[in-house]
Amino acid sequence: MASHGLSPSLNRLLLALKYATFQPRCCAVHKAHYSTVYNGNEKTFDKILIANRGEIACRVIKTCKKMGIQTVAVHSDVDSSAVHVKMADEAVCVGPAPTSKSYLNMDAIMDAIRSTGAQAVHPGYGFLSENKEFAKRLAAEGVTFIGPDTHAIQAMGDKIESKLIAKAAKVNTIPGFDGVVKTAEEAVKIAQDIGYPVMIKASAGGGGKGMRIAWNNEETREGFRFSSQEAASSFGDDRLLIEKYIDNPRHIEIQVLADKHGNALWLNERECSIQRRNQKVVEEAPSTFLDPSTRRAMGEQAVQLAKAVQYSSAGTVEFLVDSKKNFYFLEMNTRLQVEHPITECITGLDLVEQMIRVAKGYKLHHKQEDIPINGWAIESRVYAEDPYKSFGLPSIGRLSQYQEPVNLCNVRVDSGIQEGSDISIYYDPMISKLVTYGATRAEALSKMEDALDNYVIRGVTHNIPLLREIITHPRFISGDISTNFLPEVYPDGFKGHQLEASTRRELLASAAALHVASQLRSQRILGNQRVSNSPVECSCWELVVKLGKEAHPVTVTRSGNTYTVEVDGERVEVCGQWSLASPLLPLTINNTHRMLQSLSRDASGEIVLQYLGTSFKVRVLSKLAAELNSYMPEKVPEDTTSILRSPMPGTVVAVSVKAGDTVAEGQEICVIEAMKMQNSLTAVRQAKVKSVHCKAGETVGEGDLLVELE
Amino acid sequence: HPVVAALPQSSSQRDCRWYSVSNLSVKERIEKKRKAALLGGGQKRIDAQHKKGKLTARERVELLLDPESFVESDMFLEHRCSDFGMEQDKNKFPGDSVVTGRGRINGRLVYVFSQDFTVFGGSLSGAHAQKICKIMDQAMTVGAPVIGLNDSGGARIQEGVESLAGYADIFLRNVLASGVVPQISLIMGPCAGGAVYSPALTDFTFMVKDTSYLFITGPDVVKSVTNEDVTQEELGGAKTHTTVSGVAHRAFENDVEALLNLREFFNFLPLSNQDPAPIRECHDPNDRLVPALDTIVPFESTKAYDMLDIVHAIVDERDFFEIMPNYAKNIVVGFARMNGRTVGIVGNQPKVASGCLDINSSVKGARFVRFCDAFNIPIITFVDVPGFLPGTAQEYGGIIRHGAKLLYAFAEATVPKITVITRKAYGGAYDVMSSKHLRGDVNYAWPTAEVAVMGAKGAVQIIFRGKENQAEAEAEYVDKFANPFPAAVRGFVDDIIEPSTTRKKICRDLEVLASKKQVNPWKKHANIPL
Repeated sequence: MASHGLSPSLNRLLLALKYATFQPRCCAVHKAHYSTVYNGNEKTFDKILIANRGEIACRVIKTCKKMGIQTVAVHSDVDSSAVHVKMADEAVCVGPAPTSKSYLNMDAIMDAIRSTGAQAVHPGYGFLSENKEFAKRLAAEGVTFIGPDTHAIQAMGDKIESKLIAKAAKVNTIPGFDGVVKTAEEAVKIAQDIGYPVMIKASAGGGGKGMRIAWNNEETREGFRFSSQEAASSFGDDRLLIEKYIDNPRHIEIQVLADKHGNALWLNERECSIQRRNQKVVEEAPSTFLDPSTRRAMGEQAVQLAKAVQYSSAGTVEFLVDSKKNFYFLEMNTRLQVEHPITECITGLDLVEQMIRVAKGYKLHHKQEDIPINGWAIESRVYAEDPYKSFGLPSIGRLSQYQEPVNLCNVRVDSGIQEGSDISIYYDPMISKLVTYGATRAEALSKMEDALDNYVIRGVTHNIPLLREIITHPRFISGDISTNFLPEVYPDGFKGHQLEASTRRELLASAAALHVASQLRSQRILGNQRVSNSPVECSCWELVVKLGKEAHPVTVTRSGNTYTVEVDGERVEVCGQWSLASPLLPLTINNTHRMLQSLSRDASGEIVLQYLGTSFKVRVLSKLAAELNSYMPEKVPEDTTSILRSPMPGTVVAVSVKAGDTVAEGQEICVIEAMKMQNSLTAVRQAKVKSVHCKAGETVGEGDLLVELE
Repeated sequence: HPVVAALPQSSSQRDCRWYSVSNLSVKERIEKKRKAALLGGGQKRIDAQHKKGKLTARERVELLLDPESFVESDMFLEHRCSDFGMEQDKNKFPGDSVVTGRGRINGRLVYVFSQDFTVFGGSLSGAHAQKICKIMDQAMTVGAPVIGLNDSGGARIQEGVESLAGYADIFLRNVLASGVVPQISLIMGPCAGGAVYSPALTDFTFMVKDTSYLFITGPDVVKSVTNEDVTQEELGGAKTHTTVSGVAHRAFENDVEALLNLREFFNFLPLSNQDPAPIRECHDPNDRLVPALDTIVPFESTKAYDMLDIVHAIVDERDFFEIMPNYAKNIVVGFARMNGRTVGIVGNQPKVASGCLDINSSVKGARFVRFCDAFNIPIITFVDVPGFLPGTAQEYGGIIRHGAKLLYAFAEATVPKITVITRKAYGGAYDVMSSKHLRGDVNYAWPTAEVAVMGAKGAVQIIFRGKENQAEAEAEYVDKFANPFPAAVRGFVDDIIEPSTTRKKICRDLEVLASKKQVNPWKKHANIPL
């Protein structure tokens, strides 16, 4: 441990912290979640430029501030009032909104480095983080790249070369690995040689983006087409990779940390199996699946690989693990991962701090035996997307109200947005990374439930309903998960929380009580002499609460802030403060604390409540209004089988039909690109195209009419 | 009261024949009449009404008012027509074709009439009009709003001129009550011919979608006169009047939703011009900061944003009752509360036509401002206006005359007036939008405000006509005028405020301004440019 120059007492404190067992602490008192203490005498850089945006830029700036380093933010024009720009000491605009013209614009970023005199660059993840060209240009100007050497980026960035190196370093690799693919037919041939199923993805890309699975020749061709387009648009490199696809695997990765002196550590694993469309949704550390010997074997192989490429800085070695705990090297990410906070929680290390130290050339403080697993950490990726559409299609909008649950203990929220921020079509739709930790997994999970319930997000559709369902699902709780978890658990798509008789009663009772509270408030006109002297507060409210198609008669009686609701033959007691202005609605229902959220309430009795993560729309009417409402005609909704509307905001990449064409069921009609994902929209039935309302290159909003069928 | 004295008091003619054949005691007769009155035109017609997706007159009243608060008047009143067989017993309905009385909405007094379509199609007889006039007179005497639930086929043709006289009696009262007590019309069925002018004279007209119509003449007459083919819905349905003509202020899905919304709407209104704007118990902190507002105005001054986002963020509980949400959408008007107190909100809407003022938006704004002023409701104005809309359509349509209405309304208003310039305040439109010069009490500018005669480009083209280096001149102009300073140094805005503090500041100002007293010079009445 490099603690030269520290007073003996501080030294003891450091040791004590290092070996302290996990103690839950309240964030209000203890904002940082690191057990190591930054050594102020260790000089690193005066000024660092962060070549990124959003939460990761903010995350890096936080550590820089702790280390007394000046920070420079870069931003696109639409991001000029973004949180990372406000947090940084200096900010430079590097171009217009599209990433290719701003955050990927190396010339502009190099200019920003020169003009601000930054000595080092932290690239975050994505964008230029694994771009060897960028690293080279920095090196050429004597600017430190906070990450591994160009050599390691290049070696690991190329999926083909990385496997060869991995093999040579005695790391388990996936069978059936092949080579670079140039045409669709070549792709088919390779796929056939390997044997289906195969996985197709961009050679240059990290993560799940651009990754598609093919089970036959047809799907291989389609996968080739999409992946090469995406590869070209995201990475400017249309090379592809095809390999054997391991069915029902777990995705477990090892965090490594290495210095420039040949030292490398493994910082335990992260379980990232819960994914949708090959993008991670919920991660945890450690994994319920690994035993100490498997963990060690994976960790040691990861370190072998890191050493084989003279890796320095933080990196991640991803493995696929099958049900028999065989593990295969997938790829190495030569950057800080999105999900690094959970590793920080269980090890107490600040990975960004370590990256900066290592980049400056310091040796690692720690030895392998110093790396603990303290407690358990879970991360939920909170996205601006609609989980009811293929587990999450991007949504955009303005965060009209936004409150992070940071007042809760043991909750860490990494975000780069605030109330009033815009979630735009230009960037990743992630709102935040919500991390909870506890001494045990159960504790961390229960904290996650609380955190999700207390998280206020208005103005954009978000995936909290799905996140809460995942972390409370019996299969997830038992640790029985794989990368197919979502499609297996929700074969017909995600439908929100399914109420049981008792929870339905709680929901109905809460809605009824809220309705009465609001009605009573309407009668409280202050200082008005002209309100009847003898106001009639009825002692018992007879109401009907409609949920879905079912109408439930309820009666409500009030005593102070406690409402006793008779619903479906049972008595439910609901108690709360009944603030009609707060988005959060903390209630005690039959002596159980529940955090509901009041999403909307209108004059016609419609109340939308978020309950157990899912939003439920109910309608509360007086008995009389409900009776009279039965005379009201049902209005016929729009026929949706003959119109195609954009399921999300984005850009029309291609329109495959024109008016008069006949389309078959499932035939592609057009392709919408949003958040760098290409989505093919298909016909729901065979029909003739009546009219086309969009053309390639156009920007469309959610719900915009694209094509009409006859 | 002079109005009451002017009433035509027709003596009720007793039907002696009925008495002679009846053996029933008076008490039983009363019961029988009451029962009959409650059934209106009878069960068959009630069923027919329900089948059309409509409620009966009494059901509507019951739903509108607090439980058991309805006090009916003239339940026994009958029509006096003796022509065309109308004198027969079967053509007499106790209460005739309208239900009238008073009641309470959330404890506050209101007078109501509800036309009964099951009795002669809700047609207006002399008796029907007399009932309406009676409660309108009472409403004015005690100072309470009048709500009319309209569902009437038109004049009672059998009565001829007596029916027409009835209409005129109502119109007169509508006019005399205007500005004295709030008057609201909810159109829940047909309302055609001369009948449309009563709702037109009231302060607010709401409609029920698919079941209500307002027109001077129906599709048949239109066809014969102008040879136009048009459906009832297209000619005078809720959509037409809330989006095209601007006759109606809001439309609701069905009777139940309309009545429940009317209750909610009523909560915003003072009872009369002698009463202050109501203050409801408020749970939203009056000093709440709204950080979201600091980033709401885009950097590019040509980029749009939604003024409703600002309104929702500032007012209590994001609760905003918008008036005419689908008509002249370049201006936003409606009711909200600040620290519980009702306020009227007026805002230019940059999202629609850049928020410019044109004929329709000026008229929409002017009428709303005048309502607020008449009923002691403070006005909060959010300004982002690039000017008046140019073009022949506007000039020929009389934008000068109509634009003047908004100017007139703001200038004349003596209620508390608070103005927030969020971005552009250009040209004459700056003056119009509740500027300091029109007796604005508190005028704020956000840091993004630009008060100028016009945008930089246009200005530079005039000032530096023919000169090279327009771009440089434009930059100079922007530097000089595209900011709040020119107005602030002259005292035309009182302060430049952080947007996030807007709610807090307005709440504080309203408290102070509650005792504002300002009187316009005596006049018989003013002469707004109609």
